[in-house]
Amino acid sequence: MATTLAQATATDASVEYAARIDHVSKSFAGPAGRQLVLDDISLDVAPGEFVTLLGASGCGKSTLLNLVAGLDLPSAGSIGTDGRPALMFQEHALFPWLTAGKNIELALKLRGVAKAERRSRAEELLELVRLKGAYGKRVHELSGGMRQRVALARALAQDSRLLLMDEPFAALDAITRDVLHDELTRIWRETGLSVLFVTHNVREAVKLAQRVVLLSSRPGRIAREWTVDIPQPRRLEDTAVAELSTEITEELRGEIRRHGRH
Amino acid sequence: MAGTDINVDNKDAGKDGDGDLAGLEAGLDALDSVQVGRTSLRETLVRKVLPPVTAVALVLVVWQLLVWAEVVPEYKLPSPGDVWGEVRESWLQGTLLDYIWTSVSRGLLGFLLALAIGTPLGLLVARVRFVRAAIGPILSGLQSLPSVAWVPPAVLWLGLNNSMMYAVILLGAVPSIANGLVAGIDQIPPLFLRAGRTLGATGLREARHVVMPAALPGYLAGLKQGWAFSWRSLMAAEIIASSPDLGVGLGQLLENGRNNSSMSQVFLAIFLILLVGIAIDLLIFSPLERRVLRGRGLLVAR
Repeated sequence: MATTLAQATATDASVEYAARIDHVSKSFAGPAGRQLVLDDISLDVAPGEFVTLLGASGCGKSTLLNLVAGLDLPSAGSIGTDGRPALMFQEHALFPWLTAGKNIELALKLRGVAKAERRSRAEELLELVRLKGAYGKRVHELSGGMRQRVALARALAQDSRLLLMDEPFAALDAITRDVLHDELTRIWRETGLSVLFVTHNVREAVKLAQRVVLLSSRPGRIAREWTVDIPQPRRLEDTAVAELSTEITEELRGEIRRHGRH
Repeated sequence: MAGTDINVDNKDAGKDGDGDLAGLEAGLDALDSVQVGRTSLRETLVRKVLPPVTAVALVLVVWQLLVWAEVVPEYKLPSPGDVWGEVRESWLQGTLLDYIWTSVSRGLLGFLLALAIGTPLGLLVARVRFVRAAIGPILSGLQSLPSVAWVPPAVLWLGLNNSMMYAVILLGAVPSIANGLVAGIDQIPPLFLRAGRTLGATGLREARHVVMPAALPGYLAGLKQGWAFSWRSLMAAEIIASSPDLGVGLGQLLENGRNNSSMSQVFLAIFLILLVGIAIDLLIFSPLERRVLRGRGLLVAR
């Protein structure tokens, strides 16, 4: 199958998806020959949709995100996105030689925003993540949660229609993570972004997403999908969230058990 | 059921819930933030200035004691007073600053040239695989070659003039600077490069906005070593190559001291060479390094 990486522009009227993953497979050269990491994944993210990709270790969720981000090419199949997606990592990946504000301005600069506008745009974005006074702060002066919010503001500065998130809250403490979930939900609703969020935390997936996609491991395949129609704002303690999480966890455990048998 | 109750609650919360979240977040931020304070002047004096001053005083005392005890004849070990007299005399003659300036201006100009050559060279070696494979090992090998070895060929190629001095400085300092940059670039966390590429930094823009600033600590260490190598090479060149056209630098002063069998002049020259080395480090490199490390939160108060 031909390998193509189509990057449609935002002005393209024919685009009815934020990301289209079309029969994508990916294999890497490993010690035991070529290893298939992703097997025939097809997934559309609609404009404004929040999708979480859920899976155990080895399901290739980060690989898939790299492919969508354009950091790597699929072995087969094609990926189309509405412009270049923004990407947030588990580590904040902010540049320590710049202040919080300048980190955001660099993203604006690389996107081609005029110098005069950068400062005010950066301050707006900091205000959006509720870090109004943090413009001149160095990265090491910020707490873990604040760093991830600056990283989110920097990702938003790319003015992309699609935000890819690779376990962005996994390294935070539970209290901060819970608060940032609410924050992300608020910003997602305010901006109308499409989000593709990778996690191995079932409750996190259910709390945030409109759609949860479960990947099986080695190779990664789409095992099952759930539409989550619990009204927002949701809480981790909500019974509905807990019930769906239990159901998904059972399914996830079943997927993991299959690997113990051979 | 409890579940529906909670959902209704949340819906009702609406705008208030948002305010709650903002307050919660402000609280977390305040609890988690690190307070970075600066040390007072008094504390700086006690912790940073007092120890070296004590050490220098101790060395002077021991030195004077050795002279008084006449461990070696006076022509071999002049007293601190004699060396001070030599300093005073050349100061009064107006030659002291000339000696220093002759060498320092050469050293700094040579170092700047080395900087201009070593930086792009290091960037090329670090980022272009073919160049690294081709000249990487030679470049690190050159670092272990004492730069004084370049003095004889430089004299034969270029004659006894300033260009020969600069050639020796460059051959000593360029490999250090380039290697420092290569080491700095190799230590960049891959995450920064990924993040940069996601933001759209590629090619020269990547070098300018991500690679160079990320490699800055290693690069500065290379510069510092590059200066030390420049200064050492220059002194070697000045001691070996003497010509009336070249003027009297510190190396020449040292050599003249030997020829005049004036141990206090020899001591004066060594003292000045050391002083310049320390001064450049304290006035230029240390503040630069501290600034860079402090800005990145890498300087832990000890």
